[in-house]
Amino acid sequence: MTVVTLRPKAKTMADVAPRNVIDVKDLSLVFQTNDGPVNALSNIDLVVNSGEFVSFIGPSGCGKTTLLRVIADLEQPTSGNISVNGMTPSQAREKRAYGYVFQAAALYPWRTIGGNISLPLEVMGIPKEERKARIARNLELVNLAGFDKKFPWQLSGGMQQRASIARALSFDPDMLLMDEPFGALDEIVRDHLNEQLLKLWAKTQKTVIFVTHSIPEAVFLSTKIVVMSPRPGRIHEIIDCNLGSERTLDIRETPEFLEIAHRVREGLRHGHSYDEAHL
Amino acid sequence: MVERRGLSAVLHDRVIPVGTILLVIIALWYVFAIILNAPFERDQAARANTTISTGQLIANTMAQERPVLPAPHQVAAEIRKTVFDIAPTSKRSLVYHGGVTLSSTLLGFAFGTLLGIILAIAIVHSRTLDKSLMPWIITSQTVPILAIAPMIIVVLNAVNITGLLPKAMISTYLSFFPVAVGMVKGLRSPEIMHLDLMRTYNASKAQIFWKLRWPASMPYLFTSMKIAVAISLVGAIVGELPTGAVAGIGARLLAGSYYGQTVQIWAALIAAALMAAILVSLIGVISTLVNRRMGVRS
Repeated sequence: MTVVTLRPKAKTMADVAPRNVIDVKDLSLVFQTNDGPVNALSNIDLVVNSGEFVSFIGPSGCGKTTLLRVIADLEQPTSGNISVNGMTPSQAREKRAYGYVFQAAALYPWRTIGGNISLPLEVMGIPKEERKARIARNLELVNLAGFDKKFPWQLSGGMQQRASIARALSFDPDMLLMDEPFGALDEIVRDHLNEQLLKLWAKTQKTVIFVTHSIPEAVFLSTKIVVMSPRPGRIHEIIDCNLGSERTLDIRETPEFLEIAHRVREGLRHGHSYDEAHL
Repeated sequence: MVERRGLSAVLHDRVIPVGTILLVIIALWYVFAIILNAPFERDQAARANTTISTGQLIANTMAQERPVLPAPHQVAAEIRKTVFDIAPTSKRSLVYHGGVTLSSTLLGFAFGTLLGIILAIAIVHSRTLDKSLMPWIITSQTVPILAIAPMIIVVLNAVNITGLLPKAMISTYLSFFPVAVGMVKGLRSPEIMHLDLMRTYNASKAQIFWKLRWPASMPYLFTSMKIAVAISLVGAIVGELPTGAVAGIGARLLAGSYYGQTVQIWAALIAAALMAAILVSLIGVISTLVNRRMGVRS
């Protein structure tokens, strides 16, 4: 039986020091399709440290979701090396190192919200009393306390996605992998959830990898922005982005914010023109 | 539009439309009974060298002892007599015969559903079985059941298996098919994302089955069970035809046709149809209860 520790471990010196959670070296992935091979990822090098909030940004087809799926062991790279928590992605998955949040909430419609959050806990063999406590705690974390008896269709899209974040956090993984989690939501809800996510990140100290195609979202949330470009999918530029821990939505009007957003936009444009020059 | 609730809703959504069609069918039935039974009456009149008034003719067509097509009220009277007036233990009781058919229907249906589910689970989890079993499952249903049913009965009789089991086996043979096909589809119905989620939890195949595939397949299960129970009844009746007309709705049909008892045949037919309707709606009720538990929005 797998017992997952309840609280994050007490911070020791080793934990506080930056640690390579993800280390990608010269990784490539080629999909074999009917129209011939597609270079989804080409020579990717990336290091993510413990506690960072890293965003992958780029146009569709740049491989940002594929890279996230490789980290999650949902896709297999064709060549190159990748380690997650010092292990292979498949070992890390078996150790339940990460919680994954999909583009859609992907809640099981026949389970209540509480039942959905309970799902990974049941799979991992956590006893009933403990499950109850965790459901309550994680619902509170995403401001959904009292909704555990509701079925998914009774909740709005934003609430469903929050429930899916609570589900990903319920077994207390070190890492949160998020694949355009707010892409399907309207701007107002998205802003609100971004703010909540940032608070959540500050509170839980988890490493977050976040796929998005929204520049403001990436700049607002991240400590590091990975700008990617398509055909072949590759990393164009990595931009450091630390706007301090006390961020509110107002920060988006500040010159620092606009400066980084400008750099990201330039990077994206550059990635594209490079692409066109080859056509 | 006015939203209707409760009894009024049932009346407007179910009773009135279904009842209207029923009335039309009964009216048409009377028309055909008169048309089909009239030649016999004219013949009788011609033989006796008398003429018969139209009113008398119509009255006579609805009261024949062995009509070509019995009128609805004759069938109703026969059903009332054989269901309520005769003790259910008597061999002339429709309740007795219905009970015989029902027991082999239910046994065959239970086996068939179980077999169908087991086959579907095997097919979904094994590529080899998917490739090898599926064509045979489809082929099995192209064999005409009327041809194979007497064979099954005769072969099993030869090894001293008689009574309920051979008939139930024919029901099973028919009813496993819709369940197998429906459940293969149902067990494969989960979205990729729902499956990926289980993979991120490092869930075992058994966990994926019980927590995802099985609940996702429930709507498919009940739809296919409705078809399965109806054809189980057909299978049981077909199985009763070659047994030398001992007992059951099928035996009742066969005996009726031997002795030209058309009223008895139609009474048995209507009884079988009613039984099928009740069985299908019972599954509908179970399905609704399960749906409610699974939070399907109503």
